[in-house]
Amino acid sequence: MKSYIAKNLVNALEVLNKDECEIVAGGTDMLIQNRSHTGMSIGYKTNVLYISLIKELDYIKEDSHYIYIGATTKLESILKNKITPIILKKIIHEMASPAIRHTATLIGNIANASPAGDSIVGLYALNAKVRCQCINGERIVPLHKFIRGVRIIDLKFNEMITEVIIPKNDFSSIAFKKVAPRKSDAISKMSFVGLLKIEDDLLLDLRIALGAVYITVVRNKDIESKYIGKNIKELKENIDNILKDYEPLIKPIDDQRSNKEYRKKVALNLIKDFLLNV
Amino acid sequence: MTEIKFTLNGKKQILNTDPNRRLLDVIREDFQLTGPKEGCGEGECGACAVLLNGQIVNSCSVPLANVDGQDIVTIEGFSSTKQYHVIKEAFAKAGGVQCGFCTPGMIIATQSLLSENPHPDDYEIKIGLSGNLCRCTGYNLIIKAVKTASKDGDGLW
Ligand SMILES: Cc1cc2nc3c(=O)[nH]c(=O)nc-3n(C[C@H](O)[C@H](O)[C@H](O)COP(=O)(O)OP(=O)(O)OC[C@H]3O[C@@H](n4cnc5c(N)ncnc54)[C@H](O)[C@@H]3O)c2cc1C
Ligand code: FES
Ligand code: FES
Repeated sequence: MKSYIAKNLVNALEVLNKDECEIVAGGTDMLIQNRSHTGMSIGYKTNVLYISLIKELDYIKEDSHYIYIGATTKLESILKNKITPIILKKIIHEMASPAIRHTATLIGNIANASPAGDSIVGLYALNAKVRCQCINGERIVPLHKFIRGVRIIDLKFNEMITEVIIPKNDFSSIAFKKVAPRKSDAISKMSFVGLLKIEDDLLLDLRIALGAVYITVVRNKDIESKYIGKNIKELKENIDNILKDYEPLIKPIDDQRSNKEYRKKVALNLIKDFLLNV
Repeated sequence: MTEIKFTLNGKKQILNTDPNRRLLDVIREDFQLTGPKEGCGEGECGACAVLLNGQIVNSCSVPLANVDGQDIVTIEGFSSTKQYHVIKEAFAKAGGVQCGFCTPGMIIATQSLLSENPHPDDYEIKIGLSGNLCRCTGYNLIIKAVKTASKDGDGLW
C-alpha cells in the first residue's frame, strides 16, 4: 500500500490519475474508520493521498454571487471568517470541539456523506454545489446530486473535490437544531435547518432540510414551492398540511442511536416550531 | 518510508518513517515525550492534545503526513514559557488538578484559547475546553483556573 503527500493541486491530480487512492484531508473520519492498535500505523486498506498540505486550496473567497470554500480549509477558519453564511457558522459552532475543528475540513464532512453529517444539512438548504477536478478538467455538481446514499458520492476514481460553492442569499429567518446526546462532539440523532425569506408579509423563499432521518439529507423543493407566495397568516394556517407533506419523507435508517418514531416526532416538531416562530 | 520534517518544541526534526503513523505515537515513541497521553484514541477526550502552529489539535487524530513542514509544541516544550507558568499556577490555585491525567491537555487547550481570546467569558471557556474530558474535577474549578490565568497573565497573550 502506498501513501502520497501532495503539496500542490497538480501534484494531487497527477497521483489520482495514475494510482487509485483514498483521499485524506484532516483525517478525523479516516483515522477512526481505519483505526488500528496503539503504536501501529493507521490501518488503511487502500493507497492514500494526503491533501491537507495543499495551501492553494486553503481559502474562503467571494464574488458578487457566490462564496467559495477550498478543500483544505479547516472548519475553525470557516467558523471565524466573516464571509461565511450565518447558518453555516451556527452549524460548525456545534460540530466537534476546537481541536477537531482545527484539523477537520468542510469538504471531508461532505465527502464522508454520512446522513448525520451536520454541515451537509445546511449546505443542502443553501443550494451548495461542489467542484470536482481531475487532470483532464472539472465539473460542478449540485450537492444533492453529488451525494447518492449513505457514504456514496458521485466521485470518479481520478477526481477530487476542490471546493464548495455557496450561492449568496439573505434570509429573514434562519434556524439550526441538532438533537444529540451532547451538543458538540457527538454525532447527531437528528438535525434540522430552516431558512426563509419574507418581504411585505409574503413568503418569498422557504427551505427545510432534515438530517439523519433518511439515507441522505431530506429536502423537497415541491413541498417548499407549494407554500412560497403565501402570506404569513396563510402559512401558519397551513402548518398541519406542511407537516403532513413531510411525514412520509421521514424514514430513518435503523441504528441504535434512537428509535424511528422518536426521530420522526422530533423532526416534525422542529419544522412546526420554526414555522410558528415566523 | 518518507522523509518528514517538522519543528518539535522549537527544534527542527527530520524523520525517515511511515507517514501513516499517528502524531501521538511519534511524539511518545520516537521522542519519549509522554505528556500527551492516549485516552480515547478517537478525538473525543483531549488527553493527547498538542499545539499545531499554535492551535490545539488531538495528536491521536493527526496522521504524521499532515505535519510535514509544520510547528508542533507539546506540554514539555510549552512548559518553558511564561504563559505556561501563569496557567500552571492558576490551575494549582483554583484546584483544577486532581489525578492529573487530563491536565496536560487542559493546559494546551487553555493556551490555545487565550492566545486567540485573552479574556474569554465563561461560555467561551466552556467552548474552548469542550474537547477535553476530566473525570475528576467537574469542570467548574478548571473554568475558574482559566479565568485566573487570564487575569494573572494579563498582557501575556
Ligand atoms: C471527536 C469527533 C467529533 C466529531 N463531531 C462531529 C460533529 O459534531 N458533526 C459532524 O458532522 N461530524 C463530526 N465528526 C466527523 C468529522 O470530524 C467530520 O466529518 C469532518 O468534517 C471530516 O473532515 P476531515 O477533513 O477530517 O475528513 P477526512 O477524515 O480526511 O475525510 C473524510 C472523507 O472525505 C473524503 N475526502 C476528504 N477530502 C476530500 C476531497 N477533497 N475530495 C474527495 N474526497 C475527500 C475522504 O476520502 C474520506 O472518505 C467528528 C469527528 C470526531 C473525531
Ligand atoms: S486520545 Fe486523542 S482525543 Fe482522546
Ligand atoms: S484531574 Fe483527573 S481527569 Fe481531570
